[in-house]
Amino acid sequence: MKARLPALLRLAVLALLVVFITSPSWFEPLLKPLTENGAPAIYNQGSLLSLTLQHLRTVLVATVAATIVAVALAILVTRPAGAEFLPLSRSLVNIGQTFPPVAVLALAVPAVGFGEKPTLIALFLYGLLPIFENALTALTTLPGNVMEAARGAGMTGWQRLMKVELPLSAPVILGGIRLSVVISLATATIGSTVAAKTLGEVIIAGLISNNLAFVLQGGLIVAALAVLIYDGLSAIERYAARRMGQGVE
Amino acid sequence: MTIRFDKLGVVIAAIVAYAALAAPFATFRANRIVPGQARSILEALPPALGMVLVAVVIAAAIVALLRTPLILRLAVSVVALVALSVLIGTAGGFLTPAGNTFARVAPASGFWLLIFAFTLLLADVLTRLNLSPWSRVGVLVLAALAIAVLLVSGSWDSLSILKEYASRADSFWAEASKHVSLALGSLAGAVIVGIPLGILCHRVEKLQAGVLNVLNIIQTIPSIALFGLLIAPLGWVAVHVPGAAAIGIRGIGTAPAFVALFLYSLLPVVANTVVGLAGVPRAANDAARGVGMTDRQRLFDVEFPLAFPVILTGIRIVLVQNIGLATIAALIGGGGFGVFVFQGVGQTAMDLVLLGALPTVALAFAAAIILDAVIEMTATKRRIVETA
Repeated sequence: MKARLPALLRLAVLALLVVFITSPSWFEPLLKPLTENGAPAIYNQGSLLSLTLQHLRTVLVATVAATIVAVALAILVTRPAGAEFLPLSRSLVNIGQTFPPVAVLALAVPAVGFGEKPTLIALFLYGLLPIFENALTALTTLPGNVMEAARGAGMTGWQRLMKVELPLSAPVILGGIRLSVVISLATATIGSTVAAKTLGEVIIAGLISNNLAFVLQGGLIVAALAVLIYDGLSAIERYAARRMGQGVE
Repeated sequence: MTIRFDKLGVVIAAIVAYAALAAPFATFRANRIVPGQARSILEALPPALGMVLVAVVIAAAIVALLRTPLILRLAVSVVALVALSVLIGTAGGFLTPAGNTFARVAPASGFWLLIFAFTLLLADVLTRLNLSPWSRVGVLVLAALAIAVLLVSGSWDSLSILKEYASRADSFWAEASKHVSLALGSLAGAVIVGIPLGILCHRVEKLQAGVLNVLNIIQTIPSIALFGLLIAPLGWVAVHVPGAAAIGIRGIGTAPAFVALFLYSLLPVVANTVVGLAGVPRAANDAARGVGMTDRQRLFDVEFPLAFPVILTGIRIVLVQNIGLATIAALIGGGGFGVFVFQGVGQTAMDLVLLGALPTVALAFAAAIILDAVIEMTATKRRIVETA
C-alpha cells in the first residue's frame, strides 16, 4: 500500500466514514437494493459508532501492549547480556508467524473464556511478530560508525540506547507497528466469532441472516479504517525518517 | 570447579518447575462440556510411572539449566518430549473409569507448558546446530512419523481430542481434503495469474503502481467480509452463466472461499515477482543482451531463474497464509478444518476446537519449514551460479 492517495481523496474517505458511522440512516436508500424481503439495510442491533470505537479500542490496547513487549524483547536480545537468545528468538518469530489467527483465537478461548479477552490475546500475539522483527532488524543494522562515535563520546550503554539506537530505529519500528495495526484491524473482526464486540459482529450478522448490506457496511468500514490508519502511520514514519536525516525512500 | 548456568536454561527450568509442580497435568471431566477437575502428574498416572516422569522432567531441566554439550541437550529434550507424549496417553487410560464412554480426559496447562519448555530447548539446539535445509526437512519428517506412530498405535485414543475425532472420522478427512485443496488450489491460481501479472508490471511501469494499489486495498478488507461479499456475485454467475453451476460455482460454499483466497494470494505473488525481477543485476541483463538473446530468452533463461528465490518467498507467504485463512471458509459453508473450530466454539466444546485448530497449525508449520528449506536450496544454487 505505497498508496500516495491524493490528500483530497483521503479527506473524502475520512469524511464519508465519519458521516456513515455517525448517521448511517442517511445511506439506507443506497444499501436497500442489497437486501431481500424487506430486511433492514442498516445494522440495527447496536450502534455502528460504538462498535467502531470498541473495534479501534481493542486494536489500540493490543497494539500498545504488543509494541511495549516486542520492543523490550528486541532490546534485550541485542544487548550483550541477552545475545544468547538472539538466534532462538529469530526462529521463534519465524515459527510464530505460521500460527493462523483463527487458531490462536480459538485456542485462547479455553484459557480465558469468551468475549474480548481471547481477541486481545490473539491480536497481541499476532501483533508482536511484525514489530519484533522490524525492531530486531533496525537494532542489528545500525550504522557502525555512528555507534562507534557514541561510544567514543563516552555515552553509557543506557544513553546510547535512548539517545542513539532507539531514535535511529524509530522509523523501521514504526513500519512494524503499521503492519501490525493493519493486520489487527482485519483480524479483530474474526474476534466476533467468539463474542467480542467489534465490527465483525455486523459482518457475521449479515452472513447469518443472508443480508449483504450488513456484510458490505461492516467490511467497508474496516477497510476504510485500515487504509486511513495505514496512510496516517506512513506519514508519521516519513516524518520520523526525515528527522533522523534518513530521507524519504 | 564453578558451575555455569545457561541463560535460556534458567527460563526453561523456571517453566518446568512451575508446570511440573504447580500446574495441572491433565483435566478430568464427567462429560464433554462440563468444567474439568485438575489432576497433577502424580494423580494422573500410576504411582511408579508418575515418579519416572517427574524424574525425567527434573533431570532434563537440570541438563538445560547447566552449560552442557549440545548433543546431550538434544538427547534430553527428545527423551522428555517422547516421555510426555506417551505418558499423556497413559494418563487418559488411567483416569477414565473402566467402561465409561462419557468421561473426557484432556491435557491441561502443565502438560502444554512442559511441551512448550522442551520444544523451546529442542528449537534452541536445532538453531545452534545450524542444520542444512535437507536435515531440517528430515527432522520434520521424523517428528511427523513419531506423531503418526502415536496416533496409529492408539496410545492417545483415550484422550478427548481423539474421542471427538472418533465420532466424526469420516467428516474429518473430508474436511481435511477440502482444506488442503482450497489452500493449494487458490495458491495455484494465484501463481498462474500472479507471475505473468508481475512480469507485466515489471515491464510496463505505468501499470505497476495501479495494480499493486488495488491488490493492497483488497488485503485491507477483512477476510470474513470478503468471503461474504463474494456470495452475491458468484450466486448471480451460477444462475445466469450456462454451465457455471455444473462445475460447482455457487453463491455459498467452496467457490467464494476459493475466489477470496485467490484474491488475497495475488499481492504477495505479484509484489515478490516485481521485486525479484527488479533485483536482477543489470550486468546479467546486459550480458544477456550482448550475446544476442531475445527478450523472451532473457526472461526465461536469465531474469526468471535469478528472481526465483524471491518469488518463492512470496509463494511461501501465500501458502502459510492460505492454510490459516481457509479455516474461515467454514463460516460461508466452504468446509475445511474451520468447520470443527466454529462448531466447537458454538458448543463450547474445546476439544472440538482443538481438533480443527491443531491440524491447521501443524499444516502451516510443516508448509513453512519445507518451503523455507526449498528457498534456501534455490538461493544457494543461485549463489553458486553467480560465483562460478
